[in-house]
Amino acid sequence: MASRKEYYNMANYVFIESRDPFESRDTGFVADTATALKRGDNEVTVFLVQNGVLACRNNAAASRLPQMAKAGITLLADDFSVSERGIQPAEMTPGVRRSSIEALVDLLVRENTKAIWH
Amino acid sequence: MSDKTLTLALMDPPYESANSTTALRIVSAALKKGINVNVFAYEGAVNLPFKDQAPHANPVKGTTVEEEDHPTTKTFVASLLEIGKGSPLLTWMNCGLCVDERGAGNAVDGVKRGGPADFLRMAQESTNTLVIPTK
Repeated sequence: MASRKEYYNMANYVFIESRDPFESRDTGFVADTATALKRGDNEVTVFLVQNGVLACRNNAAASRLPQMAKAGITLLADDFSVSERGIQPAEMTPGVRRSSIEALVDLLVRENTKAIWH
Repeated sequence: MSDKTLTLALMDPPYESANSTTALRIVSAALKKGINVNVFAYEGAVNLPFKDQAPHANPVKGTTVEEEDHPTTKTFVASLLEIGKGSPLLTWMNCGLCVDERGAGNAVDGVKRGGPADFLRMAQESTNTLVIPTK
């Protein structure tokens, strides 16, 4: 018998967020869309890169990352981008894991995966 | 060697956006994993492999070209094409009309010329496609 995921042809979604949420208010689009897709029982990952990692500082009060983590979305931050911006491990929002561009490639070449760059 | 292929569409010109750096990192990482890569360079991205790019000295700091060791995107693309010249394979295709508009025909060896129909074919034949648009 097909699983629920197979029956509804659910997919893996990878959002690559490159924008600083304090500069680009439309980063809310990613948070809203990722959350809606997760509610639909899809596998959803948000990979933060470039200025997108600025949202993962603990003190970033307006960040939507805590809500996305609570929704069960996998949150990854590119280690190169994190290091470039001097973000220390202790400063990172719980629920966000340091990751790598190699891990992003692995996510992108999974079957039934849709990738959206923002 | 993987039987997977990743296609990227790039649009940003060199030296303007961190998108170019990230795209080249993705290409490099995929090739190192044995994954074939297609790049369809559109609009300003056709200048990434432009052969006439020249590193420069820094007159403010008084450094020479050699001391400055200024990286050019053409060098990065040429290096990636060298890594991806067989298995895995890197296919770098510049949009022909975009090249003509910009006078960017003198590309590093290995760069192909094509059009949006080629991008469609690449996407259809790939495991996945990532479009990196301009902001």
